[in-house]
Amino acid sequence: MSDAAPLVVEGLTRRFGATVALEDVSFEVRPAELFGLVGPDGGGKTTLFRILTTLLLPDAGSARVLGLDVVGDMWAIRARVGYMPGRFSLYPDLSVEENLRFFASVFGTSIEEGYSIIAPIYRQIEPFRGRRAGALSGGMKQKLALSCALVHRPDILLLDEPTTGVDAVSRREFWELLAELKASGLTIVVSTPYMDEADRCDRVALVQLGRILAIDVPSAIGARFPAPLFAVRGGDRQALIRALREYPHALSVFPFGDELHYSDARRTASPDGIAADVRGYLATKGIEGTVEAIAPGIEDTFMALMGAPPEAAA
Amino acid sequence: MTHAIEVRGLTRRFGSFTAVDAITFDVNEGEVFGFLGANGAGKTTAIKMLIGLLAPTSGEATVAGCDVVRESDEVRRHIGYMSQRFSLYEDLTVRENITLYGGIYGLTDEAIRDRGKALLAALHLEKMADERVAALPLGWKQKLAFSVALLHEPAVVFLDEPTGGVDPITRRQFWEMIYAAAARGTTVFVTTHYLDEAEYCDRVSIMVDGRIAAMGTPQQLKQDHGVATLDELFVRLARPTAAAHG
Repeated sequence: MSDAAPLVVEGLTRRFGATVALEDVSFEVRPAELFGLVGPDGGGKTTLFRILTTLLLPDAGSARVLGLDVVGDMWAIRARVGYMPGRFSLYPDLSVEENLRFFASVFGTSIEEGYSIIAPIYRQIEPFRGRRAGALSGGMKQKLALSCALVHRPDILLLDEPTTGVDAVSRREFWELLAELKASGLTIVVSTPYMDEADRCDRVALVQLGRILAIDVPSAIGARFPAPLFAVRGGDRQALIRALREYPHALSVFPFGDELHYSDARRTASPDGIAADVRGYLATKGIEGTVEAIAPGIEDTFMALMGAPPEAAA
Repeated sequence: MTHAIEVRGLTRRFGSFTAVDAITFDVNEGEVFGFLGANGAGKTTAIKMLIGLLAPTSGEATVAGCDVVRESDEVRRHIGYMSQRFSLYEDLTVRENITLYGGIYGLTDEAIRDRGKALLAALHLEKMADERVAALPLGWKQKLAFSVALLHEPAVVFLDEPTGGVDPITRRQFWEMIYAAAARGTTVFVTTHYLDEAEYCDRVSIMVDGRIAAMGTPQQLKQDHGVATLDELFVRLARPTAAAHG
């Protein structure tokens, strides 16, 4: 199984001066898997992509892409990988079609030869094929960049934060496109700072400050949350936050949309017992609150695994 | 109630394209107002007009009581601004950025020193004061940029996607800073692509194709439209145009 893995990363480390961008990172991606690297900026995701695409050398460790070594087999890897860098990577003064034609020709192919693979995406922007790439909207730029990364029919697709700065609707549509590509058998590695996108992946690695905090299927990540978790509502949000933070058993209190997520330091009590206690405590503060045990999500777990707050970690 | 921002029929056309189409709304003093919309809906154009960088084609607006066209210099003295893309000079140190912006905002040397000191203490950045901003983690940069945007105690602060790419804990710390500023009376006008953050606003507006398609408290909007989350409402309102705009 390991031999067939399209991506194998072992002990990868990379420093920039005193900054450790990647520290002993290891993971494997399976054939036709949609694998997510989820975490904030500065986590090392871009450094990892640059090593995997042979643009940067690691200080230690190794990586094999499609069975090829990222240091020794640089040219062979480049021909078979589709890469969409984080920043807008197209030529703003060339038209949509000129950009695509250019990327196709660099890889010794043509739009016509690659058309069947890019069609589901390219058809959406083809009506604007004469427009300058620099004049496209964010969502259209993203679709053009993806078309350019796909036109040479790569065996693996590496996408560095394709949805950053893109609105919620365009993000959703982009993930639907990725699901279609995955269904066609393509292996995809994609990074994102949006925790809510992790659920779209087969497996995710949570990445923070150059380290992998956890790797698992999205539905199993929540099980790593270390304490009972509750959704709390009621009264003024700021007053509720203050009251819960003063509660002696509080482990963490974070706003989540229109509710608060509260975790409790007690391990022996039942969730129902804790919920009743917290409700009672809030009542003494004059707050009539609802407290409901919930299953932790990826963002809950990410924050718990981050451990020390960023002040201490930085 | 006094309005920190008043917008009446504000419109901006580029050639035959209407980027902002007669929008009208008020923002109350000390309010946290979320200004939402899909890419290309007209948010940036609207913000540029409100901070006096772009003249409207028609309509009018006042910010902190100043007319954005006739008194645009005065507007800029009363506002703070930060964005995800640009806010601080990366090659200057933390202290140099504070001094530079303090000077630009017309603070006295004494005020720059005192407020700079308080700012560094509040952010626990004393030890980093003489480091280049480029060396700071993103989350710290954004917190520093926000504090610097508040240095001259503006009546209104505009935040354009301030938390993009920031880790989830720092993102929430950033929102606590927003609440603290609002509690001191500063009006906060904020855009975000994180719809959970929209829930933290006192009121939000959702722009679609240059118009305001919905506006109200998060609670009220969800009730009126029969949705569980603002994310659901956003997708429902913005989806019909998504195909046209890509």
